[in-house]
Amino acid sequence: MDLKTLHKKQDQLAGSEYQLKVLNDDEKTGKKLARFSEKLTAILLFPLKPLALDIFQVNMGKMCNQVCQHCHVDAGPDRKEIMTRDTMQTCVDLIGQHQFTTVDLTGGAPELNPNFRWFVEEIRKVNPSCKIIVRCNLTIIVANKKYNDLPVFYKTNGIEVVSSLPFYSASRTDKQRGDGVFEDSMKALSILNAVGYGIENSGLILNLVYNPAGAFLPPDQTALEKEYKTELKNKYGITFNNLFAITNMPVSRYLNYLLQTGNYASYMEKLISAFNPAAANNVMCRNTLSIGWDGYIYDCDFNQMLDLKVEAKDSQHINDFNNDSLKKRNIIVNQHCYGCTAGAGSSCGGEVVG
Amino acid sequence: MKTYYNPEDLKKFGTIAEFQKPLADKFFDYYGEVFKEGALTAREKSLIALAVAHAVQCPYCIDAYSVDTTEKGCTEAQVMEAIHVAAAIRGGATLVHGVQMMNKVKEISM
Ligand code: SF4
Ligand code: SF4
Repeated sequence: MDLKTLHKKQDQLAGSEYQLKVLNDDEKTGKKLARFSEKLTAILLFPLKPLALDIFQVNMGKMCNQVCQHCHVDAGPDRKEIMTRDTMQTCVDLIGQHQFTTVDLTGGAPELNPNFRWFVEEIRKVNPSCKIIVRCNLTIIVANKKYNDLPVFYKTNGIEVVSSLPFYSASRTDKQRGDGVFEDSMKALSILNAVGYGIENSGLILNLVYNPAGAFLPPDQTALEKEYKTELKNKYGITFNNLFAITNMPVSRYLNYLLQTGNYASYMEKLISAFNPAAANNVMCRNTLSIGWDGYIYDCDFNQMLDLKVEAKDSQHINDFNNDSLKKRNIIVNQHCYGCTAGAGSSCGGEVVG
Repeated sequence: MKTYYNPEDLKKFGTIAEFQKPLADKFFDYYGEVFKEGALTAREKSLIALAVAHAVQCPYCIDAYSVDTTEKGCTEAQVMEAIHVAAAIRGGATLVHGVQMMNKVKEISM
């Protein structure tokens, strides 16, 4: 497995402009693919508008202890772009002022940011009732002694944990996330279970995320959740709450994988033929704002990685945060958006149609 | 190169309705119904389909159900075992007729 980020390899695909060029290049697919905006127009959803500003998602930086093959962030140990404490303070102020219902912390590995714990505690102070989600990659908990107590910290602050586990077998997980990741993930899950996460009636939520280890789409979430629960319980004694099945987005390293393996054209066609209007109605950008490590505002984490800042010109940075402009904005869509509308749809919370 | 089988044709399966719509509609409705979760899970049905696809040696179905079983979370060992089931039944079906052959040979022999 390639352990270098595209950024480190100075690959063309590390740049957002080149990614957008590829996504809109009909030569790469051998035929003209329907534009996402046309699909939305046909179902009277274009321009796509937000319905609410409920979720404040913060990408705390691109630094990560892993280099997963499908990562849309191109995260890794060599990435130094992480959020400063000043930027976090501005986020805290906004979270207090606008009382978002959910604050969603992602990365990279958000816990690698040295101000992570401070940030969480400040958020709790200004918005005691909001749901705080941490997208924890599991292995960070066992990567170093100083992170072993993270589960206790999550618990103390009433955090909901969402973690990737591409499959309940080591071979498929490791192929996507790196050698030994499955074993470390099992250790981390046991620690989370031990403090009460994923245990019935504990009130401590531990959700897992499935995403396909290859160029195919996720299956029905409910059936897969059942299998995950049985397998993890029987083989490793591990329990969790819900499984979210997420579609891989043709962005960054996953886009690179598709191109390198000759799967790009068929994957895009597959996404397009699975376009589901109900899923389009519920895409997560309609109730989410995504904040980059440097404070810029995006419609979602994918647009963030493609450097597509929100259309609201007077509110593209948290220093100029303007609630009204953001509510009125048109959401910026492009060909990668097909990943959110295929089949049952996909968001950071899994399927979007029941 | 011209070949009898073209992978692109798989996507056009639905177009058989152009020549005879009512029967195609009935077939596709039935097909959809068959593969829904039922007394068997959709995953089990997909594995059966993969095995049958190999038994009838339909390249379209092999393509479709290799993807479908993988999407449904079947492991490499599981899909291969499913094909061995098909092979065992095909092989067994040949060999069990050996009894018929033996009966005949014995019948006509001294
Ligand atoms: S997918 Fe998550 S864990 Fe993997 S490299 Fe990207 S940020 Fe890190
Ligand atoms: S990729 Fe982002 S902008 Fe596009 S549909 Fe998905 S959530 Fe919305």
